[in-house]
Amino acid sequence: MAATQVSKVSKPAISPTRLRQTRLIGVILLILSVFVAVFFAWPVSGDASFRLAYPGDAFPLPNLIVPAAPYAWVVAALLAFFGVRQFLPGATRWTGLLFGLGLLLLVTAFLTWATAGKSFSLTGMLQATIIRSVPIALGGLAGVLCERVAVVNIAIEGMLLAGAFTGAVIGSLFGGTVGVLAAMLVGGAFGLLLAALVVTYRVDQIIAGVAINLLVLGLTSYMSSQVLTHHRELNNAPIFKAIDIPILSDLPLIGPIFFQHNIFVYGALIMVAIATYYLFHTRSGLRARAVGEHPEAADTLGIDVYRLRYINVTLGGMVAGFGGAWFTLGSVGRFDENMTNGRGFIGLAAMIFGRWHPVGALLAALVFGFADSLQQKLAILQTPIPAEFLAMAPYIATIVLVAGLIGRARPPAADGKPYIKGH
Amino acid sequence: MSEKDLQSVTDRLLQRAAPGRAEFEDIVVVPVLAVLVAIILGGLIMLATGVSPANIGKAFVALFNGSFGSLNAVSETLTAAAPLTLAGLGIAIAFRAGLFNIGAEGQVIVGGVAAVVVGFSFAGMPPIIHVPLALLAGAVAGAFWASIAGWLRAATGAHEVIITIMLNLIAMRLLDYLLRNPPIQKEGRADPISKNVLPSAELPHLFDWLDPLMRVHAGIFVVMLAVIFIWWLLFRSTIGFEFRAAGLNPEAARYAGMRSGLIIVLVMALAGALAGLAGANQVLGVLGRVSPNFSGGVGFDAIAVALLGRSHPVGVLLAGLLFGALQAGGRQMQVDAGVSLDVIAIIQALIIIFIAAPMLMRGVFSFAFAKQSKR
Repeated sequence: MAATQVSKVSKPAISPTRLRQTRLIGVILLILSVFVAVFFAWPVSGDASFRLAYPGDAFPLPNLIVPAAPYAWVVAALLAFFGVRQFLPGATRWTGLLFGLGLLLLVTAFLTWATAGKSFSLTGMLQATIIRSVPIALGGLAGVLCERVAVVNIAIEGMLLAGAFTGAVIGSLFGGTVGVLAAMLVGGAFGLLLAALVVTYRVDQIIAGVAINLLVLGLTSYMSSQVLTHHRELNNAPIFKAIDIPILSDLPLIGPIFFQHNIFVYGALIMVAIATYYLFHTRSGLRARAVGEHPEAADTLGIDVYRLRYINVTLGGMVAGFGGAWFTLGSVGRFDENMTNGRGFIGLAAMIFGRWHPVGALLAALVFGFADSLQQKLAILQTPIPAEFLAMAPYIATIVLVAGLIGRARPPAADGKPYIKGH
Repeated sequence: MSEKDLQSVTDRLLQRAAPGRAEFEDIVVVPVLAVLVAIILGGLIMLATGVSPANIGKAFVALFNGSFGSLNAVSETLTAAAPLTLAGLGIAIAFRAGLFNIGAEGQVIVGGVAAVVVGFSFAGMPPIIHVPLALLAGAVAGAFWASIAGWLRAATGAHEVIITIMLNLIAMRLLDYLLRNPPIQKEGRADPISKNVLPSAELPHLFDWLDPLMRVHAGIFVVMLAVIFIWWLLFRSTIGFEFRAAGLNPEAARYAGMRSGLIIVLVMALAGALAGLAGANQVLGVLGRVSPNFSGGVGFDAIAVALLGRSHPVGVLLAGLLFGALQAGGRQMQVDAGVSLDVIAIIQALIIIFIAAPMLMRGVFSFAFAKQSKR
């Protein structure tokens, strides 16, 4: 009697929700397997040729030739195996990993199918992936900084837009560097506004975020149509040139992908590193996380909850402002109404997949950046899939992952809750 | 009556008035101040961007003339208020149930598309059937779109804010696709535009016999019916009681035997139906067809309408009228004073901020509020 009880206790019970989720993912993987077999493996013939080098590279790599049909069959078989695995004992441990791997394989099979019989610059696409993930990664990082102190920041979109506008106008007047600094200041100012609303005036965090988004959209659109259309010289900012890192940028494949970018890519990487160090290896970072997990306890220990929330949300705003400057100073050099186009919300999703960790948010942003650049480059390959559906892919992926990963990733315990001293 | 008696009577009267006073401040003083301050700040922003004071005065006169200055202006205000009120009701009912339906914009889009599809199909159908059918299609499409978020929230716990934001973005891309392809794209057109709604599916204009430019249409009756229905549902029906209970205290509602999952799905579906109706209303009553950005941010402005209306059907109606007036007046302002319509968006955002932060209003305008005893 006692023995059975012990064995029951020692074996952690798998919750039925978790089991249901696992089964669901198994079914999804099996469906995907059939999908790959029917649409990618069956009708396709020829080889897909991926160009890995640019003309004029110091060490040119040969093209990567993949026979399209056999590769798709292999992927279909692997997906089927992963799917069946979800129904066998002990499946829950591997669900997340196999699901991620399965989706990755799906994407490669899709690429091979789209490229079959043609040639496609893989390096170019991966380089674009890095560039396009910059604002998403910075938006996600801003989200991490805020949510770690339990402030939900829906206003990232608005902060990016404010940064983009400021970068364009100040950049046109005083040059790119001043433009970036001004964008960070304005982003920080909106962070401060959000902090004041939610911390001091206890406005519902999501309502405050939505209001700031609408405010920034209104302000930038108004100034754009009222001022910038009459003063075009205010909307003609310099664009930061790419800086080649010596030696590293000459490496084949890796060089162009990682080491030939402008300051925004390097800046984003540095900010992620600093934020990781700050949050997980410094005393104030520990305090910030304590405020996010259990503000009452933090307060009891003498930590100033309000102050830390103000500081972190303002820092988050500055990061988002920097990310916003990418749209103008790092990309096209001019501001257009609503040019961020939902990137801030994608950043928020990146934060959730990244499990509220700066590095995780960066990796998730790379996935979104990949989808973004894939959509752009596939136009060249003329696939029968409409561009609008490819553009939807990251949003659908976000929904699937948010719904599928819930319970696996845990937000800070006090996330979204106001803290009222003395209650 | 001695002086002492009088004193005690006034004391008692004051005491009885006190809770009413706080309520009055919340429902009337805060919104009125918020609107006034937002409009004043809007004027300051115009001043800061180089609009001359004379022109700003002209702008505000135009703002009034364009919204209430003439019969035509009132017609424009009502026309603009209709979709805002409908979508605002949807957001309000979700608020009441503790859900934040930020996806009204997407629901407006799919509702409008569904209405236009029914509207350009079924040639020869009598209007008495065609119009309700097209409206119904819009409501059903919106309800379906929103209930995706509701179902995911109920089944997996995924936060409805993220899901509805994503559904908004998906709806926009879907619209782009549909408008560029048959059967929805108009024949012979290369630009993204839908076929026109047949005359039999159009919501009739009410006063075009008076002045052909009066655009106010039968959709305002739909709005009135929706306001009454939502009021009845929220405050007079069992299911509405369950909605509000789930919003006030989900735990208690669950212990009382209410099925929280079902409530979430129902609330989202109803909210989506109202937003979809708003889209259908625009398409059948005003636009006659669907084009990119035809929704014009109605779903986002409706969030402000719901907040300003304190999530009460009558409040939402009044707030919708105010925002409709701002839209109609804003257009006149753009014409008369050359001030960009976007300034209205700024004023609306400021209104949300001030409404949502009553503590801020109480702090800044302490003279307008009764002193609150410190607890």
